Amino acid sequence: MQRIGVFVCHCGSNIAATVDVARVVEAAAKEPGVVHAEDYQYMCSEAGQLKIREAIKEKNLTGIVVCSCSPRMHENTFRQAAERAGINPYMVEIANIREHCSWIHKDMEEATEKAVILARAAIAKVTLNAPLQAGTSKVVKRALVIGGGIAGIQTALDIADAGYEVDIVEKTPSIGGRMSQLDKTFPTLDCSACILTPKMVEASAHEKITIYTYSEVEKVSGFVGDFTVDIRKKARSVDMSKCTGCGVCQEKCPSKKAPSEFNRGLNTRSAIYTPFAQAIPNVPVIDRENCIKFKTGKCGVCSKVCQAGAIDYDQQDEIVTQNYGAIVVATGFDTIKLDEYDEYSYSTSPDVITSLELERIMNAAGPTKGHLERMSDHKAPKSMVFIQCVGSRCADRRGKSYCSKICCMYTAKHAMLIRDKYPDVEVTVFYIDVRTPGKNFDEFYRRAVEEYGVNYIKGQVGKVSEKGDKLLVQGVDLIDNKRILMETDMVVLATAIEPNKDVRKIATMLTASIDTNNFLTESHAKLRPVESPTAGIFLSGVCQGPKDIPETVAQAGAAAVKVVGLLAKDHLVTNPCVAKSNELFCNGCSSCEKVCPYGAISYEEKEVNDHGIRETRRVAVVNSALCQGCGACTVACPSGAMDLQGFSNRQILAEVDAICK
Amino acid sequence: MLRTEKEQAEIIKEISGVNTKKCMKCGKCSASCPAYDEMDIRPHQFVSYVQNGDINALLESKSIWKCLSCFACVERCPRDVKPARLIEAVRLMVIRQRGGNYLTPNEVPELLDEELPQQLLASAFRKYSK
Amino acid sequence: MVYSYYPGCTLKNKAQDLDKYARMSAEALGFTLEEIEEWQCCGAVYPQASDEIATKLSAVRALNSAKEKDQDLVTLCSACHHVIKRVNDDMKHVEDIRTRANNYLELEEPYEGETQVLHFLEVLRDRVGFDVLKEKVTNPLTGKKIGAYYGCMLLRPSSVMAFDDPENPTIMEDFIRALGAEAVVYPYRNECCGGYISLKEKALAGNLVDQVMESAADKGAEELITACPLCLYNLKNSGSAKKLPVHYITELLAQALGLITE
Repeated sequence: MQRIGVFVCHCGSNIAATVDVARVVEAAAKEPGVVHAEDYQYMCSEAGQLKIREAIKEKNLTGIVVCSCSPRMHENTFRQAAERAGINPYMVEIANIREHCSWIHKDMEEATEKAVILARAAIAKVTLNAPLQAGTSKVVKRALVIGGGIAGIQTALDIADAGYEVDIVEKTPSIGGRMSQLDKTFPTLDCSACILTPKMVEASAHEKITIYTYSEVEKVSGFVGDFTVDIRKKARSVDMSKCTGCGVCQEKCPSKKAPSEFNRGLNTRSAIYTPFAQAIPNVPVIDRENCIKFKTGKCGVCSKVCQAGAIDYDQQDEIVTQNYGAIVVATGFDTIKLDEYDEYSYSTSPDVITSLELERIMNAAGPTKGHLERMSDHKAPKSMVFIQCVGSRCADRRGKSYCSKICCMYTAKHAMLIRDKYPDVEVTVFYIDVRTPGKNFDEFYRRAVEEYGVNYIKGQVGKVSEKGDKLLVQGVDLIDNKRILMETDMVVLATAIEPNKDVRKIATMLTASIDTNNFLTESHAKLRPVESPTAGIFLSGVCQGPKDIPETVAQAGAAAVKVVGLLAKDHLVTNPCVAKSNELFCNGCSSCEKVCPYGAISYEEKEVNDHGIRETRRVAVVNSALCQGCGACTVACPSGAMDLQGFSNRQILAEVDAICK
Repeated sequence: MLRTEKEQAEIIKEISGVNTKKCMKCGKCSASCPAYDEMDIRPHQFVSYVQNGDINALLESKSIWKCLSCFACVERCPRDVKPARLIEAVRLMVIRQRGGNYLTPNEVPELLDEELPQQLLASAFRKYSK
Repeated sequence: MVYSYYPGCTLKNKAQDLDKYARMSAEALGFTLEEIEEWQCCGAVYPQASDEIATKLSAVRALNSAKEKDQDLVTLCSACHHVIKRVNDDMKHVEDIRTRANNYLELEEPYEGETQVLHFLEVLRDRVGFDVLKEKVTNPLTGKKIGAYYGCMLLRPSSVMAFDDPENPTIMEDFIRALGAEAVVYPYRNECCGGYISLKEKALAGNLVDQVMESAADKGAEELITACPLCLYNLKNSGSAKKLPVHYITELLAQALGLITE
């Protein structure tokens, strides 16, 4: 017979203001098996835990129920307390009378009644609990970072510096990411390449870091501590061991009409190319869709001019399979497509550009070699208009619901740089709000206004139309309450950012959750911001939410620390609440195998002893290291053979009975 | 029956189906409005006037006769607020409750010309009178 | 192929050409516009308020008439198209309007938005196909520089009208190209002509039309086409800017198909 103790927490006023805790104690004490019940202001405090430990010892308790907050918060705290007092930690049940009760109710009578019922259900369950022993699993001391932008590079460097092997998988031909496309960075205006390329070089030279560029993650299996990952190294058509990076092939390549991805399509590149001069690795790839040799079989100029004999038209994709203890997602972002925002004439006028396109125009290595000019006629503009929040903060079908966070600052930067370098250019910014929360950020924006004379207008633009060789901007000034109709030479759209399109595919492979905007979900918005709810998966950079460079670098470091914390362990304690099949009841139907999302169930031919009859049967076997305890198999099993330890069918039904009593 | 401004605001919200709280005050409706310069109270102000219950000012506003129902404000509003529906609701309130017809049959003969399409008269009467 | 056809009041009077050329061209392209019986004026503006039911009923009658014949309903005038398409959307999606409208009409079977409403241009694009139309052109309008004037009613609100990209539409340009002419894209082709405002607010309508004309001329258009009688009237009669000639879409269509001469 179990001897149960019940501990009801006030959680200050969080619970006690809505739930009459004394009545919960009184009701719980009357339940069968309960030999002790008390309440306390903060059960999670050291004093509260002491009460639990003392009661266990004094009353010889075999199981306890804590009526408190969500088990996500303190289940572990109370399990440890129970273990210290000498009972199995899985003999602890939590009745969540805060999130599930006091926080959502206003009426004390109703809330108290519900709290009593929740306590009763937990008591019924713990009565049927059995002690469980957690097992262990190994940790592969190597990490994978998906994405080679500043987030991925920083995370990889920090993990590698702690002494662990790290692989970076980058989809494009070079690491560097979005930051490599930027000209200057706010609020200090240092040159983006100048601060990024040393990190790129450091990553590529680091003995603990392996970089797979032009590669993609293809398949992921396994679990925290031991993931198995297939990486597809796309055929580069260039032998990386032979290429010297001289660049002659790119110069001589006769196919030069492919839009340059790096320059956002503002100019073209050759079919054999490196995205930019400081690319790492400095080995080109052949874009087979645009290569004359691949399209027609004729050409082969690159092969002829390559002194190193590095061109390999027959190269095939290669699959590398590798095991990792932890995986970091650092897949970054892109700007949204502006197809549906043609009130700003983005598709019809080359002089209407996105801010990222302006970065390329301002950059000395960009399509205009850093000269500020219109893409239509290459004339220098005399006036420019910036429009904020294009596609951000929207509740319509076109845009994103969130603030993209970086636009206010980069627009202030653009405006300031233009006014500084070209003082005769009039710069007007149409804004809804200027959002500058960040160190030295508001001061930076004020400088744009006060020192550089950028004209900020509170209001939006309704339409941009081409008029002769000018652009006609029709907007409104909400402070003056008047219509603005101004001619300008260039319009720059602060285009909303969104997670990289591939993130859905990657999240599915990792069983990592994503939100409605395709940002990866963190485990806890405040307390576990760099961890995915899926164990062993960590988040770095904009894949988790809009961020600027300093925030991204900080988060990248935080993710690295979490990875290092995991890799430093020799083994992990596994969750004993996993599925178990009773082979005597199993009829070998495979229903459980089909519904298992973790591939934890397999079938074996096994000799069983059924009431004295020995025979070989096909039965389900659960790999407890892979099982995550979701319980899908127990529902699918038609013969009642599959059960979840710690959440057995009997326990769940006992809870239901207790609730319905 | 005389209603308070607050009650009238509720009626306007109900028959327009507009949730004024969705507005983020960006002004894109007014920036898009072709009749902006003719209006004394601008499209974005209709949203905040209704939100604040300043209905008498709207009932006196000439803007309700200037709105073209071109739906540029509806199309471009990033918050899906539909200001044109608010203007329509205020106009209906004036016509229905105050007999404030902006067009009477007596005026018509002098406005007619040879090419004027039937559609113009039909829509003007729908918009301007009960 | 036979379509139910809702001509609307203006096409029976001031815009008879728009109607006549549409029917001629339809026959030449292998489909028939069958005028629905006893149709009434659609009201020319969509009643936006949620409590306006009576003013939506004539549109529901027309829609139900097409439903009874199991035909799609084709419109031509932008205002008729706008009103009927939006009322149809209400009947499909707004329960209160659907219930009250059906209570008024006491139809044998309630109308619930079953009819598909097509603009004449949508029939050409989606049913006939502009490439087929191009083949049937016997008198291509080569050398003409034509600007499409869409106005508001066909495009907005796009969530309901679903006619084309509301800010950068292409259907009329594709139509112009199919007829062998050069399509001139200009930014004010989806801005309002003034609509019913022109009756009493001449100055405002004039400003709007001037902007459209200047924008079209700036981009090199030599004439404009429209599907709407009110747009045509305003473009011709309002404003003081230099005027480009304005024609109905069906007039150019009939010319290109060799059914009439210029």
